[in-house]
Amino acid sequence: MKVPFAGAIDCDLHPAMPSVPALRPYLDEFWADQFANRHIDQLPFTLSSYPATSPLSGRPDWRTASGAPAADLDALRRNVLDPLDLSCAICNPLHGAVALFNDDMAAALCSAVNDWMARELLDREPRLRASILVAGQSPELAVREIERTAPDRRFVQVLLLAMGETPLGRRAHWPIYAAAEKHELAIGIHAGGTYRVAPTYSGWTSYRVEDYVAQSAAFETQLLSLVAEGVFQKFPRLRVVLIESGFTWLPTWLWRTNKTWRGVRAEVPWVDRTPADIVREHVRFTLQPVDAPRTEPEMLLRTLEHMGSDRLLLFSTDYPHWQFDGDAVLPAGLPADTMRKILMDNPRDTYARLRDLPAAGGGPGKAEKEAS
Amino acid sequence: MNVAVRQATATQRLKVVDCDIHPVYRTAAELHPFMSARWRDHMATFGTHFRHGLTGQLPYPRMMAAGMRVDAFPEDGGPPGSDLDLMRKQHLDANGVEYGMLIALSRGGMEERNLDFGAALSSAINDWQLECWVKKEPRLRAAIVVPQENAACAVTEIEKRAGDPAFVQIMISPRSSDPLGHRRYWPIYAAAERCGRPLALHVAGYSGGHPSTGSGWPTYYIQEHYAMSTGMQNTLASLVFEGVLERYPKLKIVMIEGGFAWLPALTWRMDKHWEHMRAETPHLKRRPSEYVREHIWFTTQPIEEPENPEHLGDIIKWIGWDRLMFSTDYPHWDFDDPRQVFKTRLTEEQKAKIFRDNAKAFYGLK
Repeated sequence: MKVPFAGAIDCDLHPAMPSVPALRPYLDEFWADQFANRHIDQLPFTLSSYPATSPLSGRPDWRTASGAPAADLDALRRNVLDPLDLSCAICNPLHGAVALFNDDMAAALCSAVNDWMARELLDREPRLRASILVAGQSPELAVREIERTAPDRRFVQVLLLAMGETPLGRRAHWPIYAAAEKHELAIGIHAGGTYRVAPTYSGWTSYRVEDYVAQSAAFETQLLSLVAEGVFQKFPRLRVVLIESGFTWLPTWLWRTNKTWRGVRAEVPWVDRTPADIVREHVRFTLQPVDAPRTEPEMLLRTLEHMGSDRLLLFSTDYPHWQFDGDAVLPAGLPADTMRKILMDNPRDTYARLRDLPAAGGGPGKAEKEAS
Repeated sequence: MNVAVRQATATQRLKVVDCDIHPVYRTAAELHPFMSARWRDHMATFGTHFRHGLTGQLPYPRMMAAGMRVDAFPEDGGPPGSDLDLMRKQHLDANGVEYGMLIALSRGGMEERNLDFGAALSSAINDWQLECWVKKEPRLRAAIVVPQENAACAVTEIEKRAGDPAFVQIMISPRSSDPLGHRRYWPIYAAAERCGRPLALHVAGYSGGHPSTGSGWPTYYIQEHYAMSTGMQNTLASLVFEGVLERYPKLKIVMIEGGFAWLPALTWRMDKHWEHMRAETPHLKRRPSEYVREHIWFTTQPIEEPENPEHLGDIIKWIGWDRLMFSTDYPHWDFDDPRQVFKTRLTEEQKAKIFRDNAKAFYGLK
């Protein structure tokens, strides 16, 4: 993979999740007993959005001999951190705990995953940062976990999924946003769902490919929910990052929502400026997947212009998910200034806790150094 | 948007085909001549039975004037869209409408839970379109409304109307009980192909039984309005990935009032994911975008309005100037006026296509 500068920041990296037995040191007595006695420690806790064997879950050349996506610490270093000469990468834990119906069990697993993350990855690799896994099913328990984890400033955001039981702007979720704002944590909304309701307004799709395609619609609705409910008026310092959302759908969202808001703004009087202005101030998007034709880079460049701001995109590999081939982690044709913003400036502006990082050198990247 | 912006006598130089006009009956009694006593009694006693917690109203109350143009209420009472003379004066004549496509949303039977009642309602609404609208006004054309959740009855209704040129398309709701690509709907597509009528998918206020987003029910009408756009995207993906467009190569589909600017990004996304996941859907022989390019048309209202109007030109270029058909949504509040609708510059040729020629070709109108 190639990026033109050293010191870029990867805002979406997926370490392999630990098995339940690997979480044993981080569980209290009660849950350790429960998990052993009920054989819960033999369950995979894999989200149905990302089964290990599905093509999207692991790029073919990033899989191990057994077929599992290679995402232990060595693989993260070998495939991402070192070759890209990154200053930092944010680990987003995709764990099935968030789809459980038992809020307490979910919260126990989330806490264990966060502690595992701190001990097994963050302690051992100073370039890594992480998102806090929370049981969004219960905002109360999610807030408790945020309060517990927030003192460790290597956790830079709170992770939620794009499809849940109720739209994320609903007031029931607001305590999570209050806690995030208080602790200078971004809210990261990652692709995937708990499938509490059908993924489309006309019911259940047949194929996984449809579910993946439907993620962009899920992000559109979540974005509108956050804006319409006034989340950004209530929490003016909140930053929301849509992760693995795609972004080429954004211009249409801005155009349509601005127009409709002009017609019906009396319904949501707290939305006191155009939705586009609100989004450009508060919301960011990770780069991968780039849903645009690779063979016609001009279309992507036009779409970036339609977005109306070069501050919206944050570099991501989405490793080990299969979003691009070879070293084409950056789409072709981006101007140098835009690349620099995506790779470094925008992530630092977005994540308050990344401002602790030493200033990026911005010197030539490893690939360029080796070539010269 | 919701005010009379000019005198109704102002002229529209270019004749237009309006692909989305909503006729409404003044009272349900207008349907009585077209229903048996059994179903008239049923309608009077039990009413329609939808998948919502409120009856007799939409679950998301509209904004001003129940979502209608305030100037579209007939002076002698009755709802907007119920008075043919007013429609002529205010819309068909004033806006130079050469042909108008009726999209009858009310009591169509599409969303009725009682399948037999749904079939009776569909048939009645089709007769009503014919007798009360098309026969009185030669510029108007009807759509065959079908009880889509009961495909056998839907096919019967299609076959009953197929010989009548007043019916130019078949209307089903994209807000269905299952995604429209599912096999339960295939007999409808086979019938559409047999009788050479396109399918018209118009956004709908009544659900097929599912929340309007993949994360449950939103709170406000502004979100319900947007869900028509995401829902249409999901519907298109279903039709593509289930192989409907592979299986029915002559099927033509128009997506009405769901927006269109999202199409390029959606086809890019479908193509990209299909490349990696294609082993899951071996029944697809081509890229998703190729099926879309061949089979899918869009109406323009409610047109997306970029901050820089010229950006819309990029989108239309990527979709194809031959795939958009003008619509107003008369008499609804978010009506698009043919004089105002395009803020971007169009050539005379582009205008002729979008306002008139694409629809004439699509519907086979002279």
